Amino acid sequence: MSIKTANQTTLQRLTEAQPFLVDCVPAAQAMGLTERIVLHAGPPLPWERACATVQAAICCAVRYEGWAPDDAAAADLLRRGEVRIGPCHHQAAVGPMTGIITPSMPVFVVENRAHGNRACVTINEGLGKVLRFGANDASVVERLTWLAREAGPVLGAALRATGGIDLRALMAQALRMGDEMHQRNVAASSLLARRLMGALARVGSDAQAIARVADFLGANDQFFLNLAMVAGKATTDPCRGIPDSTLVVAMARNGTEFGLRVAGLGDRWFTAPVEMPKGLYFPGYGPEDANPDMGDSAIVETIGLGAFAMAASPSVIRFVGAGGFQEAVAATEEMAEISLGEHPHFKIPTLDERGTPVGIDIRKVVETGITPMINTGIAGKVPGTGQIGAGIARAPLACFEKALEAFGRR
Amino acid sequence: MSPLGELFHQELRVINLGLEYFAEEIERLGVPVIHVAWSPPAGGDPKKAALLAALADEDEDDA
Repeated sequence: MSIKTANQTTLQRLTEAQPFLVDCVPAAQAMGLTERIVLHAGPPLPWERACATVQAAICCAVRYEGWAPDDAAAADLLRRGEVRIGPCHHQAAVGPMTGIITPSMPVFVVENRAHGNRACVTINEGLGKVLRFGANDASVVERLTWLAREAGPVLGAALRATGGIDLRALMAQALRMGDEMHQRNVAASSLLARRLMGALARVGSDAQAIARVADFLGANDQFFLNLAMVAGKATTDPCRGIPDSTLVVAMARNGTEFGLRVAGLGDRWFTAPVEMPKGLYFPGYGPEDANPDMGDSAIVETIGLGAFAMAASPSVIRFVGAGGFQEAVAATEEMAEISLGEHPHFKIPTLDERGTPVGIDIRKVVETGITPMINTGIAGKVPGTGQIGAGIARAPLACFEKALEAFGRR
Repeated sequence: MSPLGELFHQELRVINLGLEYFAEEIERLGVPVIHVAWSPPAGGDPKKAALLAALADEDEDDA
């Protein structure tokens, strides 16, 4: 197959996927996680090379599962290999920031009805001290326990009653309402709540439990982020293994390395040291407090949302400290330079209904030196701090250069 | 007068490739200028440029 034909096949799969949100069940059931394992964001990462924030989140997850009473005992289990760690991406899943998934955590299940594959993601925990930003105190474990015991089962029952929610249509609508689905998800979260509320009320017998879930959903503007990510994972997985295609099908960070996968290069990761995000910090924090970039959330940019859709979301560019509307348009136009096409469903009203740029071509990245832009949250580098800001990260050029060299040798 | 000499007796309209500073200076003198952002492929790395050219040819074969 020629590169051109292969890339058209990949682009078609990227844009014509039909991700439907169908269920919420424990990861053990949805993903077959039966052993003692903690999944993390990004490419594979040996325990010893994980940054302190990711290590803290992993130890907290081990405590949450009841495998160890404290962090010291948890770290001991991890060093001895009695608790394994591995990438979410290798289990048809994704996770924001630290990206932690363990067997008892409830996960949303998304089915790509164009291809029949499924992907999973955890429920977004909300803002402040949360596991995904490396917070690890008792309040974090208490919230995770509530999500598993009450929110997950209630949301799962409601989703099964809906017969599935069309996430592509919902995201296309939210894009028109000012979300880019990475650092702004208020419209998408609200649209999801509209779809869910009736089903929640019909399936639940405990009015107080329904109220707690509804309040939790309503209080979190970023609730939909995880769903945009899992829609991206369900969309991109069928693109992996298309011979001769130079398009990117995954970008992810683990706090130590940035990794990418290319459609024509199978399951291989091409990695380079991860960069520091640039952005705005909450009062009392600055760049010296920031952890290097992390999370599987760059899957959102991989399908043409996030920073690629910046022109649809001028308020986000202010939030991440990168200018105003003109800069938002320039960001989307710059990302178009390294993308093969425009998304036929994700339209930007402020650009005369042009589609968002989609289909990152490693050849275009190496040729121009323009690297993908990623909207991101910023975690504190001291374990337990949580989120300290938001900004923009760039994918390292070295990953694309390595991938291009491998492609040339294929 | 040579064609080049004639050129400088007409109203100048400039297309500038590469370094934006040149375009800014010409604009400062009141001359209409269009700047084209351009840089050598792969930052001028000949090995990578050759690889890109080889892969681009594959692309064209199918056109």
